[in-house]
Amino acid sequence: MISQLFVLSQRGDNIVFRDYRGEVQKGTAEIFFRKVKFWKEDGQEEAPPVFNVNGVNYFHVKIVGLLFVATTRVNVSPSLVLELLQRIARVIKDYLGVLNEDSIRKNFVLVYELLDEVMDFGYVQTTTTEVLKSFVFNEPIVVDAAHLSPLGPAGLFMQGTKRMPGTAVTKSVVANEPGGRKREEIFVDIIEKISITFSSSGYILTSEIDGTIQMKSYLTGNPEIRLALNDDLSIGRGGGSTYDYRGSFGSGAVVLDDCNFHESVRLDNFDVDRTLSLVPPDGEFPVMNYRMTQEFKPPFRINALIEEAGAPKAEVILKVHAEFPSSITANTISVQMPLPKYTMRASFELEPGAVGQTTDFKQANRRLEWNLKKIVGGSEHTLRARLTFSQESHGNITKESGPVSMTFTIPMYNASKLQVKYLQIAKKSGTYNPYRWVRYVTLSNSYVARM
Amino acid sequence: MAPPAQTVRSSSPSQPSGKGEVSDLKLQLRQLAGSRAPGVDDSKRELFKKVISYMTIGIDVSSLFGEMVMCSATSDIVLKKMCYLYVGNYAKVNPDLALLTINFLQRDCKDDDPMIRGLALRSLCSLRVANLVEYLVGPLESGLKDSNSYVRMVAVIGVLKLYHISASTCIDADFPATLKHLMLNDSDTQVVANCLSALQEIWSSGAATSEEASRERETLLSKPVVYYFLNRIKEFSEWAQCLLLELVAKYVPADSSEIFDIMNLLEDRLQHANGAVVLATIKVFLQLTLSMTDVHQQVYERIKAPLLTLVSSGSPEQSYAVLSHLHLLVMRAPYIFSSDYKHFYCQYNEPSYVKKLKLEMLTAVANESNTYEIVTELCEYAANVDIPIARESIRAVGKIALQQYDVNAIVDRLLQFLEMEKDYVTAEALVLVKDLLRKYPQWSHDCIAVVGNISSKNVQEPKAKAALIWMLGEYSQDMQDAPYILESLIENWEDEHSAEVRLHLLTAVMKCFFKRPPETQKALGAALAAGLADLHQDVHDRALFYYRLLQYDVTVGERVVNPPKQAVSVFADTQSSEIKDRIFDEFNSLSVVYQKPSYMFTDKEHRGPFEFSDELGNLSIGTESVDTTVPVHKVEANDKDLLLSTTEKEDTRGPINDGAYSAPSYDGSLVSLAAPQTQPEVATSNPSVKEHSQSSFAIDDLLGLGLPAAPAPAPSPPSLKLNSKAVLDPSTFQQKWRQLPISLSQEYSVSPQGVSALTTPQVLLRHMQTHSIHCIASGGQSPNFKFFFFAQKAEESSTFLVECIINTSSAKAQIKVKADDQSASQAFSSLFQSALSKFGTA
Repeated sequence: MISQLFVLSQRGDNIVFRDYRGEVQKGTAEIFFRKVKFWKEDGQEEAPPVFNVNGVNYFHVKIVGLLFVATTRVNVSPSLVLELLQRIARVIKDYLGVLNEDSIRKNFVLVYELLDEVMDFGYVQTTTTEVLKSFVFNEPIVVDAAHLSPLGPAGLFMQGTKRMPGTAVTKSVVANEPGGRKREEIFVDIIEKISITFSSSGYILTSEIDGTIQMKSYLTGNPEIRLALNDDLSIGRGGGSTYDYRGSFGSGAVVLDDCNFHESVRLDNFDVDRTLSLVPPDGEFPVMNYRMTQEFKPPFRINALIEEAGAPKAEVILKVHAEFPSSITANTISVQMPLPKYTMRASFELEPGAVGQTTDFKQANRRLEWNLKKIVGGSEHTLRARLTFSQESHGNITKESGPVSMTFTIPMYNASKLQVKYLQIAKKSGTYNPYRWVRYVTLSNSYVARM
Repeated sequence: MAPPAQTVRSSSPSQPSGKGEVSDLKLQLRQLAGSRAPGVDDSKRELFKKVISYMTIGIDVSSLFGEMVMCSATSDIVLKKMCYLYVGNYAKVNPDLALLTINFLQRDCKDDDPMIRGLALRSLCSLRVANLVEYLVGPLESGLKDSNSYVRMVAVIGVLKLYHISASTCIDADFPATLKHLMLNDSDTQVVANCLSALQEIWSSGAATSEEASRERETLLSKPVVYYFLNRIKEFSEWAQCLLLELVAKYVPADSSEIFDIMNLLEDRLQHANGAVVLATIKVFLQLTLSMTDVHQQVYERIKAPLLTLVSSGSPEQSYAVLSHLHLLVMRAPYIFSSDYKHFYCQYNEPSYVKKLKLEMLTAVANESNTYEIVTELCEYAANVDIPIARESIRAVGKIALQQYDVNAIVDRLLQFLEMEKDYVTAEALVLVKDLLRKYPQWSHDCIAVVGNISSKNVQEPKAKAALIWMLGEYSQDMQDAPYILESLIENWEDEHSAEVRLHLLTAVMKCFFKRPPETQKALGAALAAGLADLHQDVHDRALFYYRLLQYDVTVGERVVNPPKQAVSVFADTQSSEIKDRIFDEFNSLSVVYQKPSYMFTDKEHRGPFEFSDELGNLSIGTESVDTTVPVHKVEANDKDLLLSTTEKEDTRGPINDGAYSAPSYDGSLVSLAAPQTQPEVATSNPSVKEHSQSSFAIDDLLGLGLPAAPAPAPSPPSLKLNSKAVLDPSTFQQKWRQLPISLSQEYSVSPQGVSALTTPQVLLRHMQTHSIHCIASGGQSPNFKFFFFAQKAEESSTFLVECIINTSSAKAQIKVKADDQSASQAFSSLFQSALSKFGTA
């Protein structure tokens, strides 16, 4: 039983505000925003997604800088409300093509139409994009996507863009193409997030891949689809409780710890031939989420060293080696390293002939930042930095710096080797041949090397 | 048309800004109202959008009500929807004008287009104006019968809205019965789900006053209804599935084969991508298997992987909600998760609320085999840039040290922290070293050597300073400089802002004085003088107390201040096991995230379907066959009674968390801690000790009242044999207590010896234990005590449960017995009575 639902901008303005039950006092949006903004005086801690102020429970999720908020006085399931907020955001995005403050402001009446049907008196009615289609009468006003690269898959993997597949398709499920008729197409994205912690000696302490097979369908008539995964895929390694690296790496078999599936997925043949069949609903949704702790080859090796170079100075050497094939290029790489708190200045020396690399020393939090536009597979890059300290005597500089963390995007690469071997669409006629896009991308989640 | 958010920032309706615009809009709307000109709908749309956007940002546009209604005569559905939205928002404050809308809404309720019918009915029911309810009944009646499921869906929720405006109108129109019929017969699953939501709300709020409502609410939990839902669960939307699962979690199956059937049926729900469905399913599994220890443990193993997957997929917010539940399970059964510790390692980019949960989990799962790795990992965090987390990590290392037997390596790590020379690390480490020494005095030599090197000038935080001072006092014989450090601290008495530190300083200098009198005498004099002049009451009083103590007898003083100490074996848990059980009962609710049972943060009517005592009232015992579609149930008188007793329980428990109704194991630790030798010193040491002492004082006071007991005639022993080693965990007890009917209710007299011996609950439970009757929870103070006992037959696992209330002033004991084997209740009761009658005679 949700009482109110609202969307706030980064500055705390109401963009949409819907009260379903009239049980919570006015001004909740302000109370909420103040609480989130000033959660702890030092600003060090973020407000948790759920909190209670004077008997009112506030739930929020942050999406593209917007705050999607629900309130209630009832002791409800937090998972349900947070899932719902996330889902509402996704449905809105399905309709508007692009989800941001501008698109919601331009289409707020349409958003109200959606919110009216998604919930009644605080009870969820439906969150299915296509069911909602029959209730939405406003035409979406498409926001200017010019600053985003052109539509279609070709633009998605352009170097240097921060956009991810899946989120990159900026087409509304209801709007028609400028040409008049809708283009029949379906996108399947295999998105993997990597977490690795390297010890100071370069040994892998923990590693995990969290993957999603995400689908976005623009097919009319909802034909049935079959997705075939690796034949040798196996699931479950002792209930996921073991973390050992039995030498399955190299043998080619993909072993997932665990996975879950979207409602529409039928697993009748999954045990036999690893195929998933489903009638995809409109819009974007995760077909399958999976988790893998099996050993895999990390895409990058990081070497970090800090050495005294005659008090009060020190030198930092950062090396990043790309372990993936040279046909693949990672982009938007950023390497960060906290430095001792008495660091005053840092001067940088890039490798000769470096292109598209920038460096920065963030004075406020004593942090070194090294950004690279792209890294080609197999290559190695080095950064040297000279630090000047404010005092001559200091503690152990290695202990007081690091850990080095790294963020990156690697299109057309997946570390788990999980594959969609084919994507079969039930044919309506001989000439029916929709576009199918199967794309892979690997992102960093927590990629850390200790000093 | 975007809301002009930049120009109007305030969302307060009283804000004058926007007034001009509103009157402008009013004029424009008037002009359009009667117009039939082509394109007028487009202009109206623009104006309506403006109105709604003002409404959104909080400008009061209620003055446009009349004009909006006038413009509502349109066939344009977008316009209609905006108008409905507006009317729904402002009808409540304009009840008179709301009447104007009734007409067109009622007309739309009869429209040919089912969507218009549905929309109009929804808006009609959303007006929330009490004197308009008469207009709702008709449209709702036809809406519930509508051929279109969308209209029925809206109508069902409409009934609930009507109930909230006027419950009597809703009941008089017999709507609940109609909903019940729809719930069991409608073909559309969302209509069915809405009926269930509506009926749950209607009957729950009526249950307090109406027998019938509470009876009806119980039928929702009857086997036919639950099976009807279970068999169709996959046809429902994922959200409705959550609703159904929540209902199933409260169902009490008749036997274990039923339990396994339900679990097999729901097994694949654990693979759902929606975390809410998975958690709701897990709740069902956990609740169903509460009384089957082995299976319950298997459930933990089974749900581990799906929970971990949910934690790592989805947004940070979603994973936090799941992680909170995982945290609860880990804290309940750490040994099951001890090999998964790597999953609880923190990632550098996680928000601190996630890291905090993970640190607690790491602390809980640490055992002999993984401690080394966990502590190594925690030490990495101690150097973290995120200072609060660094602190928590050090505390975690300390907690692990306190719960391990082999602390060798950990002590070394802690001492390394002290050498890191970061203020906050030193501060945290000092507090820890102090706790460690209280538990493992044998380590004092190593620790003191390092602590002695710390300059007290580098320690500023009161807690750390207090810890350092405590060590200086306690180990002054081993620390060369102790008297002088204390002396310099006393010299700066005026600058010491924390009363806690000043109190510790007084005690420490006293201790030091008894160990090294000549060196400390001067400092002691200065401290007592400063203390006597202190404005803080406690500091003043303690200084005065020490002063008089020394004046009275120095040797007595020494015994008070420096008694032989016993190592602390267990530090008190911050939460009683009963509170933890309560939170566990409220699995998949906010209670888990807040780590508090719902009564602590929610008022009575908002505890939702999860509320504990609510649940008790809901329970039914029955095994009707599945084919009866409309089952009838009798309220068991004892269930209501039980409801009462738990609310009482809640009231007594509110402010004092421990003591009142704690499980015996917890009490045991308290009693052992209440060792008198720590008492005189207790008030001066750290807060965790204070917690013990408060309860122990209470116990001691009561113990002091104990009177010598006289023998009483012993009744002949009955034939029933009980198992002296019976075990039952509290949650199973709770589950059974809810399930079973009262088989016997009796009142005994308690002998005068018994009355006088019953000074605390603990004495009676020890006595009963010698008669193979075990206590699961107890509480109360003279003259009223309350106990929950259990016993098991010697030969079979047939259990007896007893609630026993003893009033010592009337010398009466009221007992209620529930039993697996009801035929044996009488025999058990006489056994219980005979055991009770011997109380006080030993």
